Amino acid sequence: MAISVDSPEINRDMLAKAGYTFTFLSDPDAEVIRRYDLLHAGAGASGQDISRPAEFLLDANGVVRWVNLTENYWVRARPEQVLEAAKLVK
Amino acid sequence: MNIRRFNWHIWAGFLLSIIAFVSYGLFFVNFPITRDVPWANLILFMIATSLLFVGIRRAFAPDRSRLAKVGSSLLAVLGVLLFGSFIFMTFVFARWLPASEGAPRVGNRAPEFTLSDPNGKPVSLAELLSTPINVTSTGKPRGVLLIFYRGYW
Repeated sequence: MAISVDSPEINRDMLAKAGYTFTFLSDPDAEVIRRYDLLHAGAGASGQDISRPAEFLLDANGVVRWVNLTENYWVRARPEQVLEAAKLVK
Repeated sequence: MNIRRFNWHIWAGFLLSIIAFVSYGLFFVNFPITRDVPWANLILFMIATSLLFVGIRRAFAPDRSRLAKVGSSLLAVLGVLLFGSFIFMTFVFARWLPASEGAPRVGNRAPEFTLSDPNGKPVSLAELLSTPINVTSTGKPRGVLLIFYRGYW
């Protein structure tokens, strides 16, 4: 599942266009993004507060088993890295 | 215009600089192999710079007009500026990220939250951890992959 500062409407359009079927939640005030200490202040296209890219794999108890905090915002986790990490939550 | 005297090196070099600059975000970033290290764009920039260099040498041959010299110099400077901006954008600016020292670490419990899905329905992390992912699966999910995006789609 995913989180960004975009509104539910924008996410609905984006998901329809991209064909994604996973849960996509809206955090317009970056409240949860702040709670996770991922706020990238002023980094939006017009200086809005947004999230830095980040990926967490949680087990069934909600405990973090794998984290990827990229050092370069162009570079995200590769699918095979995530699949490898998924073996941790058998 | 006399086609033999047309300084194609300088124009090709300039055009290739533009292509090298825009093709990262528009194309090469879609493939991890050309995204994580932008080697394809760096090669394009090196070819572009060589063409600009040859073009400048030709423009400064004795039989060339002052206009050719000024115009070529301008294109070469713009091409090099694009190269410099690209290096800055991918190797410096893209790494200016917050430290996120308080972000959940391996072994921590992920902070609970409730946010709206695309239909405006509130969804909590606890629900995601306990609800089967679709009608055909039974029982609790094995886990949840939580992805934060920069947004502004």
